Amino acid sequence: MRKVAIIGAGNSKFGNRSDVNIMELAFEAVKPALEDAEATAKDVEFMALGSTGAGAWYAELLPAIVTAEHCGLTGAGLVRCEAACASGSAAFFTAYSAIATGQADIAMALGVEKMREIDTPTTMEWIGRAGSYLWEFHNFGLTFPAYYALYATAHMARFGTTEEDLALVAVKNHKYGSMNPLAHLQNRITVEDVLSSMVIAYPLKLFDCCPITDGAAALVLASEEKVKELKVDTPVWVAGIGYASGTANLSRRQHYVGLEASVLASKRAFKSSKIKPDDVDVAEVHDCFTIAEIMAYEDVGFCKKGEGAKLIREGQTEIGGKIPINLDGGLKAKGHPIGATGCSMIYELTKQLREEVERNRQAPMKNYVALAHNVGGTGHYCYVTVLKR
Amino acid sequence: MTYMPSLRSREIKIAPQTPISKISPFWEGLKEGKVLATKCRKCGKLYFPPTPDCPECLSSEMEWVQLSCEAEIETFTHVVVRPASFQHHKPYTVAIGKLKEGVKVLAWLTGFKLSEIKVGMKVKLAAKTTPEGELTYEFVPP
Repeated sequence: MRKVAIIGAGNSKFGNRSDVNIMELAFEAVKPALEDAEATAKDVEFMALGSTGAGAWYAELLPAIVTAEHCGLTGAGLVRCEAACASGSAAFFTAYSAIATGQADIAMALGVEKMREIDTPTTMEWIGRAGSYLWEFHNFGLTFPAYYALYATAHMARFGTTEEDLALVAVKNHKYGSMNPLAHLQNRITVEDVLSSMVIAYPLKLFDCCPITDGAAALVLASEEKVKELKVDTPVWVAGIGYASGTANLSRRQHYVGLEASVLASKRAFKSSKIKPDDVDVAEVHDCFTIAEIMAYEDVGFCKKGEGAKLIREGQTEIGGKIPINLDGGLKAKGHPIGATGCSMIYELTKQLREEVERNRQAPMKNYVALAHNVGGTGHYCYVTVLKR
Repeated sequence: MTYMPSLRSREIKIAPQTPISKISPFWEGLKEGKVLATKCRKCGKLYFPPTPDCPECLSSEMEWVQLSCEAEIETFTHVVVRPASFQHHKPYTVAIGKLKEGVKVLAWLTGFKLSEIKVGMKVKLAAKTTPEGELTYEFVPP
C-alpha cells in the first residue's frame, strides 16, 4: 500500500443555500480544493462523491455525473458512495484506496448535499426511513432525533447523564460555530436556551439537534511520489482509516449507551495508524445530536464508557482541555449536510493540522495528529480517519 | 430571507410494494392476536423482527414461534415533531422492550403518561388492529 496525502481542501459556506443548485454548490468546494492543491480538474483521475439525497431531497439522480460536468471533472473515474451521514468519509476512503492501491496518483473526495429544497416534514420522513423502513418506520414513524433520543434516555438512565450535560455540548459547539465563518449557525447560546427550546423527541430538544443544512466539501489526495513531484509544502498524511457497521434494526443492538460501530471503527483506525487516543491533538466527532457527541467521547476512547458527561462538564473538549473537539462548530452549529459532513470534517482537520484556521479556534499542536469520527445513520455505519502532518 | 428564484421539479409519487410473502405468517399471527418470531431450526437462534433467512448460519429452515409478550423497557422516546406520513397522529411514545425470550422489540408504548414511563418498567406486548384496519403491535400496561 502506498502512502496518501491530502494536498488540497475546499469547503463551501454551509447554511440554507437556496441560491445554488447541487452542481453550483459542489463547485464552491471543488474550485478552492484544486487551487489549494495547485492542481487542475484534468489532473484528477478518480473522484468519489458522498451524497445521499439524489432524487429524494434534490432532483438530480446522478450527482457524481452532474457535479463532475459542472466542475470540469468529466472523464475521471466516478462513483457515488452511500454510507448515510458517513457518505463523505466513505467517499474519502474510496479516493484514498484508489491512490493507496496504485490505481491513481491524484484523486478527489467530494461531499455535497442540498437538503432544503423540500419541506421539513418530508425531510423528517426520508431520514426517519434511514434504518429499517419495514420494522421501525412503517408502523412506528421513528424520526432521526427519535432514534438518538432512544440512546439519550438509556445513557441518562444508566450513567446519570442529564439534560444539562447534553446542553453543554450544544453551548460549546455554538461557541466555536460563532468563530467559524463557514458555519450555518453562528449564534452563541446558553444552557437555558437549550433546555427551554421545544421538545423534538424527548429528551432531545431543538437545540440538541443539528440544523438541516446545505453544503459541500472537497479534498484532493495524492500519492507520495506526486507529493514530491509537486513539491507540496504541508501534505497532511492519512495515517489510518477504520470502518465498521451496526445492525439495521435498533432492536437488534446489544445496548443503547453507545455505538458498537464507533468502538470497532475506532479500534481499527488506531491499530492501522499505530496512534493512541492520547496522541490526538484535535478531533471531529459526529455530533448530529448532543448525546451523539457524549457517546463518541466514550466510544472513540477519549474517556471511559459512562464518563462522557464528565468530560464536557470539565471543559476537557474545549481548547485548553485534554482533547479539543469540534472546533468548527461540529454538525450541531456548522451544520450537517449529510453526504458532505465526512469531507467537511477532514477539511477542518487539514486546516487545523496546517494551523490555518481562525486563531481563536486553532487547537494547540503537539503531535500534529487529528481524528475524524463520522457515523452514518444511528450507528449503522462508522468511519474513523486518522491524519498526521 | 431574500427571495431566491427556483424551478419546481416535476412531481412523482412513490409508494413501493414491499413483498412480505416469506414472512406472511407474522401478519396472519397479528390478526389472531399473536406476536410471532422466527427460530432457526439449524442453530436455534430466535429472531425478532422475524426473518426467513438466518444471518447467523445462513440456513433458511426456520420455524415460527409465539412470543410470551412479557417485556421490560430498555429505552424510550416521545416523538413530538413527526414525519410527513405521521402528521395525522398525535405525538407518540416509542419504546424498545426486551422480551423474556431475549429478543427485543421496538414499538409504540401506550396507556401511560410520559412521566410514568421508566427504563426497567414491565410492560406487555400486544398485537393490534388499528381503526384504519392496519395490523401492528404495541407495548401496553401489563
